[in-house]
Amino acid sequence: MPTSPELAAVWLTLKLAALSMAILMVLGGPLAWWLSRTSWRGKVVVEALIALPLVLPPTVLGFYLLLMLGPNGAIGGTLEALGLRHLAFSFTGLVIGSVFYSLPFAVQPLQSAFQAIGNRPLEAAATMRAGPVDRFFTVALPLARRGIITAASLSFAHTLGEFGVVLMIGGNIPGKTQTLSILIYDQTEAMQFGSAHMLSASLLGFSFLLLLGVYAMNRRFPVGLK
Amino acid sequence: MKLAARTIFASALVIFALLAPAGSRVQAAGNLTIAAASSLRYVLPDIVRGFERQYPQARIEVIYGSSGKMRTQIVNGAPFDLFLSADMAYPQSLVDQGMTTGQVQVFALGRLAIWSLRRNVEGLDVGDLLAPSFKRIAIANPVHAPYGLAARQALQSRGVWGPLYARFVFGENIGQTAHFVLSGAVDAGLIAFSLILSPGMTGKGSHTLIPAELHKPIRHGLVIIRHKTQKPVARAFAGHLLSSAVHAILQRYGFEKPELSHADQP
Repeated sequence: MPTSPELAAVWLTLKLAALSMAILMVLGGPLAWWLSRTSWRGKVVVEALIALPLVLPPTVLGFYLLLMLGPNGAIGGTLEALGLRHLAFSFTGLVIGSVFYSLPFAVQPLQSAFQAIGNRPLEAAATMRAGPVDRFFTVALPLARRGIITAASLSFAHTLGEFGVVLMIGGNIPGKTQTLSILIYDQTEAMQFGSAHMLSASLLGFSFLLLLGVYAMNRRFPVGLK
Repeated sequence: MKLAARTIFASALVIFALLAPAGSRVQAAGNLTIAAASSLRYVLPDIVRGFERQYPQARIEVIYGSSGKMRTQIVNGAPFDLFLSADMAYPQSLVDQGMTTGQVQVFALGRLAIWSLRRNVEGLDVGDLLAPSFKRIAIANPVHAPYGLAARQALQSRGVWGPLYARFVFGENIGQTAHFVLSGAVDAGLIAFSLILSPGMTGKGSHTLIPAELHKPIRHGLVIIRHKTQKPVARAFAGHLLSSAVHAILQRYGFEKPELSHADQP
C-alpha cells in the first residue's frame, strides 16, 4: 500500500477511473446498443437524461447523491436499516458518482459507433442464422471497436478530472476518497504549492497523452464501413 | 459468443474484487480520523506527532475544512471520530442531535489578525481598511466559517462591514482565505493568527492582531463522535489535546488559553 498522500491519491484516482470505466462499458454497451437500434419515441427522453451530466454543475449531481447515499437518504438509509454502512464519504459512493458523471462520455461514442454500422452487416449475419446476441458480439462489437476504445478512454479520462462530485460526496479522506484533484485543491489551501504543482503538471501531461492517443487512433482507423 | 460472455463475467468479478475491500474495510482500533477546522492546519501536525510518540500504534488522519462544512459532513455520515471546531455552536449542534459521546470541551481560543503581502498593515485598525488602497479584502465565509463570523463582528463593531462589503472576497474556509492573501490576489485579509505564525509564513508580509473585544471569543471546541464501537484512542487524543504540553504548542501558534467560564456559550 502506498504511504505518501500523493501516491495514495494517484492509486485511488486510477482505481476509481478504471472501475468506473469498466462498469460504464458493461452497462453503457447494451444501453448504447439499444439506443442505436430502437425506434421507440421515448428514446429522446433517455438520451436527454444521459446527456445531463454534460451541462449540469457536478455539485448538483453531488448534492443529490449525498442526499440519496447518506444515512438519511433513500439508498443509504435502506443500507443502514439492513445493518450495512451507507455510501456517502466512501469509495463505493465515489464509484457510483463517477458512473453517473461519466455516463455520456461512454454512451455517446458507443451509440454513434453502433449507428455507423448500419443495418446491412447485421442483416447479412442474420441470413447466416446468427442470433441477435451472436450478431451483437461477433459483428457489432468488432465493427464498433473504435467507438469502444474512444468511449473507454474518454470515460476514464473524464473520471480522472472529476472534482465537484468528489468534493460533495467524498470528504477528502486520504486513501479512501482523496482523489488527485481533491488533493491538489487541499494542498493549495495548505499553501504547499510545490507539491500541488508537481501533481498538477503530472495530471496535465498524463491527460494530454491519453487524449493524444485517442485522437491519433481515430486518425489511423477511419470509419471502415459507410 | 462464449468468449464474450466469459469476458463480461471476468470483468464483473474484477469490479467486485476491487469494490469489496473498499466497501467493507474494517477500521483498525488504532486508526483515528479527525475533522479539524482550517485554523488548526499548521499546529495540529505538531500535536499529532507528540501523541503518536505516546501511542506508537495510533495512526491518525486529519481532514481540514471550515467548521460548518465538517459539521454538515458528520451529520451526513462522514466517518470522523473526532471533531475539532473553531467554534462551540457546531459541535454543540452534534451534541444536541445525539451524535456524540459527552459534551463539547473547549481547548483553545483563536485570535483574528489583519494580514497583507501588498501593504504595510502593522498597527492598523480594522476601520482603517476603508482606505481606498484596500481594493480587495479576503475574509472567510461567515455563513459556515467561524473566523469569517468573527471578522464580520469585528468589522461591524467599527461600522465598516456595509461600506466594505463590495470589496470582499470570501474564502471557503480560513485556509483558503489565507491562500488568497499569500497569492497576492487581495490587498489584505482577516485571517486566523495561527496561520500567520506557521513556520512557512513567518516574515511574509505584515500583520496586526485585531483586539479580541471587537468580536465574540473564537472558542475552539472538540467533541467525540459516537460510533457503534467506540475507539479508546479518540478519548486519549481528546485528553492529549487538553493537556498543558499541548497548550504550550497551541500558544506558540498564536492560540490563547481558553478561560474556564462558559458564561457566554452559544
